[in-house]
Formats: sequence, C-alpha cells, structure tokens
Amino acid sequence: MDNNTQNILIVGVGGQGVLLASELLSEVAMMRGLDVKKSEVHGMSQRGGVVSSHVRIGAKVYSPIIPYGQAEIVMSFEQAEGLRAMDWLAKDGRMIVSTTRLVPTTANFGGLGYPDDPIAEMKKKTKNVIAIEADKIANELGNPRLINTILLAVASPFLGFEKSVWEEAIKKLVKPKFVDINLKAFAQGSKLAEASL
Amino acid sequence: MKKLLSGNEAVARGAFEAGVKLAAAYPGTPSTEILENVAKHFPSIYCEWSPNEKVAFEVGIGGSLGGGRSLVTMKHVGVNVAADPLMTFSYTGVNGGFVFISADDPEMHSSQNEQDNRYFAKFAQIPFLEPSDSQESKDMVLLAFEISEQFDTPVMLRMTTRISHSKGLVETSDPIELGEQNLFDRDVKKYVMVPGHARARHKHILDRTAKLAEYVENSPLNKVESYGTKLGIISGGISYQYAKDIMPETDILKIGIGYPLPNKMIKEFVDAHERVIIVEELEPYYEEAIRIAGIHKIEGKKYFSREGELSPYRVAKGLQKAGVVETVAEPGYDPTQLFPRPPVLCVGCPHRGFFAVLKKLKLTVTGDIGCYTLGTLQPLGALHSCICMGASIGNAIGMEKVNGSKEDIVAVLGDSTFLHSGITGVLDAVYNQSDITIIIADNRITAMTGGQQHPATGYTLMGKKTKSVDIAELCKALGVESVRTVDPLDYDETMTAVKEEIKRPGPSVIITNRPCVLMPKPVYDTPYEVILDECNGCSACFRIGCPAILPSKEMTKKNRPKAEIDPVLCNGCSLCAQVCKPEAIVLTKQPEAVK
Ligand SMILES: Cc1ncc(C[n+]2csc(CCOP(=O)(O)OP(=O)(O)O)c2C)c(N)n1
Ligand code: SF4
Ligand code: SF4
Repeated sequence: MDNNTQNILIVGVGGQGVLLASELLSEVAMMRGLDVKKSEVHGMSQRGGVVSSHVRIGAKVYSPIIPYGQAEIVMSFEQAEGLRAMDWLAKDGRMIVSTTRLVPTTANFGGLGYPDDPIAEMKKKTKNVIAIEADKIANELGNPRLINTILLAVASPFLGFEKSVWEEAIKKLVKPKFVDINLKAFAQGSKLAEASL
Repeated sequence: MKKLLSGNEAVARGAFEAGVKLAAAYPGTPSTEILENVAKHFPSIYCEWSPNEKVAFEVGIGGSLGGGRSLVTMKHVGVNVAADPLMTFSYTGVNGGFVFISADDPEMHSSQNEQDNRYFAKFAQIPFLEPSDSQESKDMVLLAFEISEQFDTPVMLRMTTRISHSKGLVETSDPIELGEQNLFDRDVKKYVMVPGHARARHKHILDRTAKLAEYVENSPLNKVESYGTKLGIISGGISYQYAKDIMPETDILKIGIGYPLPNKMIKEFVDAHERVIIVEELEPYYEEAIRIAGIHKIEGKKYFSREGELSPYRVAKGLQKAGVVETVAEPGYDPTQLFPRPPVLCVGCPHRGFFAVLKKLKLTVTGDIGCYTLGTLQPLGALHSCICMGASIGNAIGMEKVNGSKEDIVAVLGDSTFLHSGITGVLDAVYNQSDITIIIADNRITAMTGGQQHPATGYTLMGKKTKSVDIAELCKALGVESVRTVDPLDYDETMTAVKEEIKRPGPSVIITNRPCVLMPKPVYDTPYEVILDECNGCSACFRIGCPAILPSKEMTKKNRPKAEIDPVLCNGCSLCAQVCKPEAIVLTKQPEAVK
C-alpha cells in the first residue's frame, strides 16, 4: 500500500453539501499538483439517505475508495453519520464532526432508534474527536447550508494546504452568489481550528 | 490541460474530442450525466433525450448510417430495451463510427438488478472496452470510434457506477480532425437485413471477430506490467485499481478490451507464472472465457463474490483467502449498530398523496420504476411489485386475467415511465379489455434520475422549447374511455376518483397533476403546525410517512405520542392536515400567493 496517500472521508445526509466539500478538497489538491481521486455514489441513495465521499490524494492514486481503517480524517456533517463512518477512521485519525442531528422518520418509529449522544460514543472509541457546532454558526451566518465549508476550514490545518488555495477553490467552484458567504464561513471555521489546535 | 473529471464527464469530453456529431440517450443512473455534460459543454454536438433506450439506439444507428460519429448512452438495464436493434446492427455494421455506453451498477446502488453486461458484447459479438479510471474513459471513447470504423462494428464501452461517478485527473486535448463525412450509401445488401442479406452479414461478423482477435493481441489497451513475481493477476476495470492498491508490485495483465480476449497474450502470461488469479467484479466472465480458450491454470471466483461491488476490502479478503496477502486493513473500530437511513419521498412530494389513498383503500398496486417506487416503504407500504420500466400495466392485466388478487388492482407509473414503455401497456389494457385502474403520476419531470426533460415537458435536452404530448389525450386516443385528472395532494378528490374508477368496468386512467417539489418553482411555502391541545395521538399523520412529521415529547392520556412538525422541513403541502380528523394541523400563518 502506498503510505504516502492521504485519505479523507466526508459523510453526511443528502442535501448537506457533501459533494461540494469533496469537490473543493480535490480542487485544492489538484492545484497543488497532486494526483487526486474521489468517489461517491449518487442516485437513489441521495433521497434523504446517507452520502459519503472518499477523497484520496498522493503522488499516484489507484483505488478511488479508501480501505477500511485508513482515513486520516473523517469529516461528518451529522453526528450519527460520523459514528457510522468510524469503520474508515484510522487508529490515530481525526474525527471532525458537526453537532447537527438529523433524525430520519424511521428511527422515530420502532426499530433501531437514534442514539442519545453519538459524539459521546465516538469519544469512547477515540480521543481524537473535534465536535463543532457548525449548524449554529451556519445559522448565525444566515445560511444553514454552510456546514460543509465550516468543517472544511476546521480540517484545513491537518490537510496542509494554505488558506489562499482554499479561497481560490471556493471562488472557482461555488456559485458566484454564494462565494462571499462561503468565504466568511471558511474564515469562521479557520478561527475555530486555531482555537482547537 | 489537466482537469478533474468524473468518468461520465470524461466520456462526454471524449465524444467531443472524437468529433461526435450525434448523441442520444434515455436517462438512467449511473449513465445520466454523460449526455447532460454533452448538452452543457459541447453545443456543437446534436444531442437528445429519446423516449427510451431502443429509440435512442435507433437514432444513433441512423446517425451512423448517415456518416456521423454517434454515441448512445444508457444504464445496464437500458441495453435490455435496446437489445433488438443492437443484435442486428452487429450484422449490418456502421458507416460513421458507433459507440454505446453500458453503465452497469454492481451493488445496485440505484437499480433493480446487477446484470453483468460484458455478456451482452459477447452475445452480440461486438468488441467492448472497459476503462478503469476517468483518463481511460476519455481515451477509450476515441479508440472505440476508431475500432468501430476500422472493423465495421458497433462498439460497447462498459462503465460501472464506480468509474462513472469517481473523479480523477484527465489530460484533455483538442478535437481530432476527421475526414469528410461519408453520407448514406444505399448499400441494401449491407443495410437491409432480409434473410438473404443477413446470411452474408453473419459471415462478416465471424470474419470480423477473427480479425479483432488478432488486433487485441497487439492493442496497447491490453498490457502486462511486470515486476518479476511468480504470482500473476489478470484484471480489468475498477477491479484493476483495487488490485494495484493492494499489490502494487505484482505482475498484472490488465485487460482493456474484454471481447474478444487476447488469448495468446493470456496464455503466455499464465505459462510464465506459477499461479494466476483473476480479479473481476460480478460474474466470472474472464474466467469462463479463458477456460473456454483452453487455459486452465487460473483461479478466480472461488475467492471473490459474484454479488455486489468489489472494494479494496473485498479484493484484499479474496487475496488473503488465496493465501497471497497476509494482512487486510480491517474497520478501525468495532462497527456500531445504527438505525438505517433509507431513501424516502421528499417532504411535500406529490406522490405521497395518492399513496395515502391507495393505502387507505388497501388496494393491490403493481408498481413501476421512479421516485414513486418508494411508496413501497413503510409506513405507506402501498406498492407491491416492481420489475422493470413499464411493467406495472402488463403486470396488472395479467394478474386481473387470472383473478389473482382479491382486491381491486391499480397500476402506478410515472410520466417518464409511461412515455418510455407504458403506452403499449395501456393499448393492451384497452385491446383486451382489462378491469384495471392505471394511475399515471405526472410530476412533469423524470425525477428519480435527477430531473430530466421528456416528451411531455415541453423542452428538449438542448434547452429548446418544443411540443409537449398531452398524456390525457393520448390515453383517450388509445381507447381509454375514462381518463381523469386529479390533484394528488387533494386527499378527498383523489379518494373519490380512485373509488369510482376501480368500480368502472374496463381500463381507466387517473392522471395526477402536481409537479415534483424539486422543480424550480416552489409548490407551497408556508409550513403547517400541530396544535397540541387538539391532537389526540391517532397517528393518522404519521402513517403518510412525511419526514417533517415527528413524534412530540408530549403524550396523550393513553400515553401515545402527539405529533409535531419541523417548521424548517415542512413545505406546506397540506396532506397531513387533510388526514387529521380533529383538525389539529393548521397553517402557521396565512400563505403568501404561490409564485
Ligand atoms: C430501462 C431503464 N431505463 C432507465 C432506468 C432508470 N430510471 C429509473 S426510474 C426513471 C425515471 C422515472 O421517471 P418518472 O416515471 O417520471 O417518475 P418520477 O421519478 O419522476 O417519479 C429512470 C429513468 C431504468 N430503471 N430502466
Ligand atoms: S424528487 Fe420529486 S418526485 Fe421524487 S420524491 Fe422528491 S418530490 Fe417526489
Ligand atoms: S404539510 Fe404536513 S405532510 Fe405536508 S410537508 Fe408539511 S408536515 Fe409534511
């Protein structure tokens, strides 16, 4: 296995902007001259289902899917989905999770219910959990759809690309109308990242 | 210049660089984005959504006969629909190059089966190419057109969901220079497949395959990467990438053209290694073909499943079973048992309305494929069969003819599905007078695949305004005597219509008229709320399965949860208010006029 490959998994629920986040990350890596592969499945699974996107960065990447237990970073836009994605998290990997809770109808009625405190359960498994109230910050910024950018900013110091490259990627990929607000969200997230380091 | 492209985007780019003149398709995951990208980025190519894959294929054949390079795309099951023209087009061969994409869906992320379409190429005796990443997806489109023209054959490019939807870096180039277009030549012996002509063309197929068998031995698409190991791996497509990831420095024969296989090359490779393991997804296609070629020192499916997708994990596990890999990366942490998060009908989806009625009436519902297939899920549970596109009507007729259901039978299909392959079903219901009720859930779009235009939406893929077929008039013209339109979110109106139509002898059609909520125009805006004091916990609203309705913390005296509505999620479709007997569900404020 090529140990120089960086593996990042981004997970959430349909509509939370998982794909834009992985797009931004891949763009940044490409701008830095690295090989990138990213993989996700869209289609039926997106109608309110789980969305997960694998991003692999390195000198030469083969499989677009991350092997189990090999993701240095898992970013989850929803608490319980982070717990679900722990199959991929490396032993010393970091879980960056938004405290957002999205409870599907089926978990309200019978069967397996939504766990009381998924983040506490994560913390039982690893000490590397960074929980961010990204939904709250997003709402304060006036757009609940910014969770993705905020979490990317929190993860950015661990990814090792400069801030200016991220900003360039945002300008390139985000719809012009939403560029400013995303830049603001990124700045907010970066501040949190500094505080958590 | 390097670009980050998905396999589908790369195919669109490849079509542009190959000088394609015409591209036709019917949408289907995971193939849909190919034509969407052609339409978006390459306006010089004529492109269309055809009503179904068979028509798309025939349009592509027409383009080829007229001398233009033509591309047709579809999901794996689309090839079943297009199989009739495919099998005989193999006989006639092409004029302008002809390539079609079969986008297979191992693991059935968004499909009703996981058939392995490599067998289709063998069945039709046409070459197929199998890319393993985005760069190859683009390059192989160009090469496929060359092969098509050189060997006078349609060519299949076989993608899978992982290839179509994964992104990778792609080196792009300018379009190639093609010579002058060879206009249609009325060579009836080549193009009119009556028995006398077709017999001669069958010989052409056999000659062609023999020539291709030589060609593939020297094609750069089949290649050996040597590291001097005693173990050899044979693989292709996405499986190749997984194998490389796990054993980057093991000898590997990568197959790029899967029919016909380079048997000499394979024999040499097998002879030169102590052991050879074949890593392939789904069926043992290579394994069987290699054994038929008389090469037996190979191992394969005894280590890998024939079900679902391969993955780095599944390939590593298989190689471990074969004894060539020691350790496998296991999940980092013990998996937590978690609730499922199944796909659901959107909040405010118009389909929910008529399903609530069908559930209430406990009717037998033969279903079809589209968002409305989700009506089968609990708590609605109001759709009881789903085979393939258009099947609902024929299934209902057959069941009715054998008196196979105690309850009245309703067939449910969407607008796009009706136009794809439901029209002939209605014709049969009329012709053979079947006592069924057909609900055409007309949400004005092909929603399941992400919102594509179709012949009743008034727009083409290229964005031009066009005629739109009137589904009600069409049904009347087919001979249906009772055709009525209802608002599916008007519970009482829909209830009355269904009750009346199931009693009526002969076939009848009910068309629902509310657009998909993901259409550009919002349907409603103002959310509803539950007045807790009025709510008696009857759970009628829970049973319609709207994701915005949650159990409240407040309980009734009988300790049943009252209902609560998430004001951010609710888009005010009003369905729950209509099924609420104590009228506990009301608008949060007076609605603004609908835009
Ligand atoms: C032969 C075939 N082609 C394409 C598909 C992919 N597909 C599944 S559902 C669907 C469209 C459904 O549209 P519609 O009938 O309008 O229903 P809606 O999703 O809008 O509710 C398509 C294209 C398929 N399953 N089979
Ligand atoms: S996309 Fe449209 S048709 Fe499909 S579930 Fe959502 S609202 Fe219903
Ligand atoms: S009105 Fe009721 S059924 Fe309709 S979206 Fe709101 S909560 Fe759901």
